[in-house]
Amino acid sequence: MRVALFVPCYVDAFFPKVGIATLELLERFGVEVEYPLDQTCCGQPMANAGCQDEAAATEKLFVRNFDGYDYIVTPSGSCAHHVREHLSAIGKTAKVKKVRRRTCELVEFLHDVLRVREFPWARFPHKVGLHVGCATLRGLGAAKMSEIDGPAFSKPLTLLSRVKGISVVAPSRPDECCGFGGTFSVFEEPVSARMGYDKVNDHRNAGAQYIVSQDMSCLMHQKGCAERLGLGLKFIHIAQVLNGTAA
Amino acid sequence: MKRIDHAEASSRFIAAKEHVEFHDRRLWDLRQKRDREAFRIPEWEELRTLASTIKEHTLARLPDYLAQFERNATANGMRVHWARDAAEHNQIVHDLLSAHGARTLVKSKSMLTDECEMRPFLETRGIEIVETDLGERIQQLDGEPPSHIVVPAVHKLRTDVARVFARTLGTDPKNSDVSYLAESQRRHTRPYYLKAEAGMTGANFAVAETGSFVVCTNEGNADLSANLPKLHIASIGIEKMIPRIADLGVFIRLLSRSALGSPITQITSHWRAPRPGSEIHVVLVDNGRSERLGMRDFWYSLKCIRCGACMNTCPVYRRSGGLSYGATYSGPIGVIIDPAFNLRKYSALPFASTLNGSCSNVCPVKINIHEQIYKWRQIINERNQLPIVKKEAMRMAGKVLSSPKLYRAAVKAANAGLEYLPRSMIYNPFNAWGRQRDLPKATSTTFRDWYVKHRSAKK
Repeated sequence: MRVALFVPCYVDAFFPKVGIATLELLERFGVEVEYPLDQTCCGQPMANAGCQDEAAATEKLFVRNFDGYDYIVTPSGSCAHHVREHLSAIGKTAKVKKVRRRTCELVEFLHDVLRVREFPWARFPHKVGLHVGCATLRGLGAAKMSEIDGPAFSKPLTLLSRVKGISVVAPSRPDECCGFGGTFSVFEEPVSARMGYDKVNDHRNAGAQYIVSQDMSCLMHQKGCAERLGLGLKFIHIAQVLNGTAA
Repeated sequence: MKRIDHAEASSRFIAAKEHVEFHDRRLWDLRQKRDREAFRIPEWEELRTLASTIKEHTLARLPDYLAQFERNATANGMRVHWARDAAEHNQIVHDLLSAHGARTLVKSKSMLTDECEMRPFLETRGIEIVETDLGERIQQLDGEPPSHIVVPAVHKLRTDVARVFARTLGTDPKNSDVSYLAESQRRHTRPYYLKAEAGMTGANFAVAETGSFVVCTNEGNADLSANLPKLHIASIGIEKMIPRIADLGVFIRLLSRSALGSPITQITSHWRAPRPGSEIHVVLVDNGRSERLGMRDFWYSLKCIRCGACMNTCPVYRRSGGLSYGATYSGPIGVIIDPAFNLRKYSALPFASTLNGSCSNVCPVKINIHEQIYKWRQIINERNQLPIVKKEAMRMAGKVLSSPKLYRAAVKAANAGLEYLPRSMIYNPFNAWGRQRDLPKATSTTFRDWYVKHRSAKK
């Protein structure tokens, strides 16, 4: 199995530890991971702004970097969703379709492909609030959505529940969007910040010490909000928790 | 025409702390009631699929069903008029009122008449119009359009309503008791029902097979408006058509559960034929709907049954209020309808969304709202309606992110900036991120640097 690691631009630049934890976690399960050195971004920032022409070259580069792998794994639900469901600024060639189909978010890959459930090295004795980003939730189907009735399930929770010492507390509106939304966070700053404030307060009121997520972009926004409010909440990517990163 | 600045309007809404908190809580409460009522019905998802399919079928054969409706309604004794646009609609209504010597019109809620800006048109021609829906009346008396398609004054606190009524109806400005306010409005409105020579309603559904139409309300005001005067005018958008009376049950079961989380509206009225001595005139209005029906990516929005569930669930709408959209239709459904009316004016609206997708999940007729928002963004860009700052930012981002070399240089520069720039430069008024949020900390190495150092060398 040839597996490539895609570390999204903002993780590469601002949260290298998330990339390292992802790589180490995959290696713990015996996966041989390759990291194509010319990777940059999936094209989502431009595409979400409606700028298909501006996204095309970046999407093309993504396909060039990740063509030929059995799986492309990334610690970002939002980027995985863009690649799999959109990536429409470039033609739908067989190669493009293959790359799209084979791109996986990390928890999906662990839960559905490797089907692993045990993380004996992981210990996280903290109260944790789980944030499932909207693209991860409603786009990739990582957990039950509150709008649709059905049996409860949550892939990230299934994995987290095996971490020693962890206790998960639920906010009052578990799948309310936190207001990051890419360029939304800047061009719709008033609503974005307000949503972020409401989100981190909801988690804090539930008693969370840490907020854990598959999406560092949501966390970057929530962290910025929580720090400005002085809430003392901490933020950590799920890869770091599952990899046993001391915290 | 000036572009609506949703972000700017939302900052004003958010500044009123008590209002934004109430608004968010009240609408979230409706969303939760919707969940409870919907989940009580095991076949809920099946109903949504059925409703969507019936609407798609009807829209695909809309001319046939409209003609069938006209034939049957006419046979029932109603008169059917066709309005190509808002101007024709308003003219038809005015002509009818003039022909009947009507000076006063009592009307129930209709988004379509707001869309057509009918009220100012008739008022300047000497017609007195009284909105009889409580929320709509509050908005009329305050000189504001409705902020929500189902609960038009939901952005107001009861103390706001007390002030409006005190100013316009002479109530006690200090008394904001809900029953007192509702009763005052009722006493004030009742005489108009008796005085008005004409009444007006919209319609939730028009049934082709029976030539009848259906109005769902909770206050009974539509029935008084329609049945007391001798002239009843019903303005109906052509997309309200459904084929058979048997189809109606599907929509009735979905409508109020989605809208308010109640199993059914208090009153579901059917109009089929005028009473002896009175007239019913139906005005079927296009006003851009045929054009939208021809749009490959957007015709699905015509399935909308105006329940407002997408607004109640929308985290952006709840925190910015309906008026911030500057359009008749606000919230997620407005965001995908409004640009079809005026692309430039409403070009910022599809960006007032995080694409979180909750709206599509609650939509009772399964409109792919968030996907249409995504698509509208592309069209707005293609028609050169993106703000220059954003367009330039995207051009630059596209250039940098498509080149590994430029990208690596930019990441270094960004981290250096975060590390070395003085705080005053990072958190300045021009930095929208930093206004209410802290920035991520700078890191000395990127993941790639780490990888090259620790892994590439080994291989």
